[in-house]
Amino acid sequence: MKRLSTEQLLGLDKFVVDDEEAHIEVDRQLCRDCSEKPCCVACPAGLYTVKDAEISFDYAGCLECGTCRVVCPQSGSAIRWRYPRGGFGVQYRYG
Amino acid sequence: MGEEKFTAIVVGAGPAGSTAAMVLAKEGNDVLLIEKGASPGSKNMFGGRMYCHALNRILPNFWEEAPVERAVARETVTFLHGGKAVSLTCRNSDWTKPPYHSVTLLRAEFDSWLASKAEEAGAELACNIRVDDLLTEDGRVVGIRAGEDEILADAVIAADGVNSLLAQKAGLAKMFSPGQVSTGMKQVIELPEETIRDRFGLEGNAGAVQLFVGECTGGMPGGGFLYTNKSSVSLGLVVSASALQRSSVRAPDLMEDFKNNPEILPLIEGGKVAEYSAHLIPEAGLGMMPRIYGDGILVAGDAAGFVLNLGYVIRGMDFAIASGEAAARAVICAKERGDFSGNSLSGYQELLKKSFVLQDLEAYRKVPEFMENERLYAEYPGLLTSIFTNVFSVDGSQPIRLHSKILNRVKESGLSLAQLAVDGWKGATRL
Ligand SMILES: Cc1cc2nc3c(=O)[nH]c(=O)nc-3n(C[C@H](O)[C@H](O)[C@H](O)COP(=O)(O)OP(=O)(O)OC[C@H]3O[C@@H](n4cnc5c(N)ncnc54)[C@H](O)[C@@H]3O)c2cc1C
Ligand code: SF4
Ligand code: SF4
Repeated sequence: MKRLSTEQLLGLDKFVVDDEEAHIEVDRQLCRDCSEKPCCVACPAGLYTVKDAEISFDYAGCLECGTCRVVCPQSGSAIRWRYPRGGFGVQYRYG
Repeated sequence: MGEEKFTAIVVGAGPAGSTAAMVLAKEGNDVLLIEKGASPGSKNMFGGRMYCHALNRILPNFWEEAPVERAVARETVTFLHGGKAVSLTCRNSDWTKPPYHSVTLLRAEFDSWLASKAEEAGAELACNIRVDDLLTEDGRVVGIRAGEDEILADAVIAADGVNSLLAQKAGLAKMFSPGQVSTGMKQVIELPEETIRDRFGLEGNAGAVQLFVGECTGGMPGGGFLYTNKSSVSLGLVVSASALQRSSVRAPDLMEDFKNNPEILPLIEGGKVAEYSAHLIPEAGLGMMPRIYGDGILVAGDAAGFVLNLGYVIRGMDFAIASGEAAARAVICAKERGDFSGNSLSGYQELLKKSFVLQDLEAYRKVPEFMENERLYAEYPGLLTSIFTNVFSVDGSQPIRLHSKILNRVKESGLSLAQLAVDGWKGATRL
């Protein structure tokens, strides 16, 4: 079967993006000291990437699983994790 | 919502929350069921099958009106390694007759339906609202805060799922560790009904479930799953979060590799991916159970870690439903006493001890530790597939008896017989 890129997969999902509030915020400063950067392999939506030696993260496309929050060695400080505000975020039609 | 005070506010309209709200409302209590999604189920995903017993006790013959997909008649466990596969299949046609043993379903539709049953019973459902915090007074929970709104209740039931921020805010739960949860990823792949029947050898509305162990997770603890729905299959992977932390392959790539495994490809060929989803699973059983009651608060379902994964059986829905029911019953008793203190609400734990929820989790207490054994995923699938491919191979060479064939493969695998005996004994006594 044709491999789908993560962007293509996320393109199949319905999202209501909250332009006013980012439900996950990443502290790039603290990420610099993180050698393993497990968020980059573990996020099922591939939203964490390294660009120019800096963590780049986009909360649109988040599947709200909570994996990044638990795998981050500096959880609570480097990642501020919440669910999106009511009505925003991913909307599964199948689930 | 004004100055009204509810008997109970239930946070989260998953199976735990909707069941709790339904049971409370049926007894004439004022209940508010709050869900952050635009509709119940719109935030939820799972593998794909619910064992029917728990809901059938509360809503007899629920399948006659609930949006369920197929009654599971065929169970298969498959070990995968290097293009080889060994499967064990069990078929039981009794499972396709009422009372159904288990049914596949899709959460967006099913959770909406279950929440509608709570509404029918008289519960008030409020969607599009994220509960941000608990209201407390002298250390007792007296309500919730959502944005600017504060709403009061005698008791709050936290049925807010695995990432339960409420149980953590109430000081009942600590943040879990990567070793205590797994990440699940799933794709819903649409296929015509006839194709599903033909490919899985099914009749009528019968369904098949297939679980996979081995190279699908790159040897990491976890496995693959496939559930047949009416006109789609739910295909996915579950991988231990602590293994994923060290994985060399990105999680979404593992999933794409899995789809192209020779054992999977023929089952989904020609299908159209309709949705991609991900969610955590609490895997540590009693090892991660928070305090499940406090002054004015109870914790139910995934928020309490009520999931049992035996590898060949994965249960969370029936635990969520039964714990939601027990939480509701505990609140009803507390109301009769006019006392919503933790002491009064502790009846919840007693109810769970009398039900399968804590009895099963207690009986399988040592399973989570057994399932962490990496050999189960990295070594044994290879050993099993090499034994069986050898047993079924004919090439005209010298005859070798079965036991020697097996012993030779064990020797090749580099595993010691003592290790095999220990793991075999642990598996046999714990599962
Ligand atoms: C990949 C995977 C496969 C699984 N396979 C199976 C299976 O085959 N069979 C099985 O029985 N179980 C399975 N499970 C487990 C099962 O899905 C869960 O045990 C079950 O969904 C738990 O129900 P719940 O009501 O406790 O929580 P959830 O279903 O998670 O519901 C929680 C609800 O609370 C809402 N919520 C959360 N926080 C807030 C807030 N702050 N404010 C408002 N609303 C909030 C959420 O939006 C959600 O609707 C699987 C799980 C996963 C992840
Ligand atoms: S794991 Fe945490 S600290 Fe490390 S790079 Fe990712 S977000 Fe930053
Ligand atoms: S919650 Fe899940 S999908 Fe969202 S960013 Fe974190 S790991 Fe990725």
